[in-house]
Amino acid sequence: MFRVTRRYQFAASHRLHSDALSEAENWRVYGKCNNPYGHGHNYVLHVSACGPVGDSGMVVNPNLLDCLVKQEVLQPFDHSNLNCDVQSFQGVTPTSENLAIEICRRLKQNWRLAFAGEWPRLEKVRIEETPRNIFEIRADEIE
Amino acid sequence: MFGLAANPHGHGHNYVLEVSVEGQPDPVTGMVLDLKELKDLLRREVVEPYDHRFLNYEVAPFDRIIPTAENIAQDIWRRLEPHLSTPGRKLRVVRLYETPDLYVDYLGEQTCSV
Repeated sequence: MFRVTRRYQFAASHRLHSDALSEAENWRVYGKCNNPYGHGHNYVLHVSACGPVGDSGMVVNPNLLDCLVKQEVLQPFDHSNLNCDVQSFQGVTPTSENLAIEICRRLKQNWRLAFAGEWPRLEKVRIEETPRNIFEIRADEIE
Repeated sequence: MFGLAANPHGHGHNYVLEVSVEGQPDPVTGMVLDLKELKDLLRREVVEPYDHRFLNYEVAPFDRIIPTAENIAQDIWRRLEPHLSTPGRKLRVVRLYETPDLYVDYLGEQTCSV
């Protein structure tokens, strides 16, 4: 079995804040990330698909994956304010955990539009918020 | 299908290879694998036959199969596996970076989680 991973980058801003917490609790939990004016990251996204090689010698046609990721992630998220511009973060704190879940959900829901056959399958999504803070989720962990 | 990669005159990459081996440390040496041995093995089985070669013309089996990153990773596994897998040790992953933005893991008979 093979796993093929493609890496992408996008820039976005966010503010970590929970309406369920008081101002003091938000500051205690999120620290500087609770700054009311938000802050930004150059996110690095790894998308992994797995499967056997086809007649082309490839598991995934990278152009098809690029189109899907561009449509579902890069166009809506790049240079966006995640709290304000992304519907699914209305009422959900855009931590990188939740960002990874949202990206994985979008790719999983639309996977069949790009890849109609049994293979390749979306395996996992990895978000690097910084080179030191890295988050992964497997596609079989979400709806 | 292949776009620019189908140029009849070929094209090149600075491939980066990562090899992962899993096992228990030897009770005497404290090592799963002697990294010097691994280094020598990689030089002999991969770097010497592959480095600065036109894969399609000069490196079997790519006279018969397309030298995609997937097929190269599988061929590297085939070359390394007999030397690395022993009763207490297993070759787990051959990871080949074609570019920093595109890499392939060959997992042998192991399946993915999905």
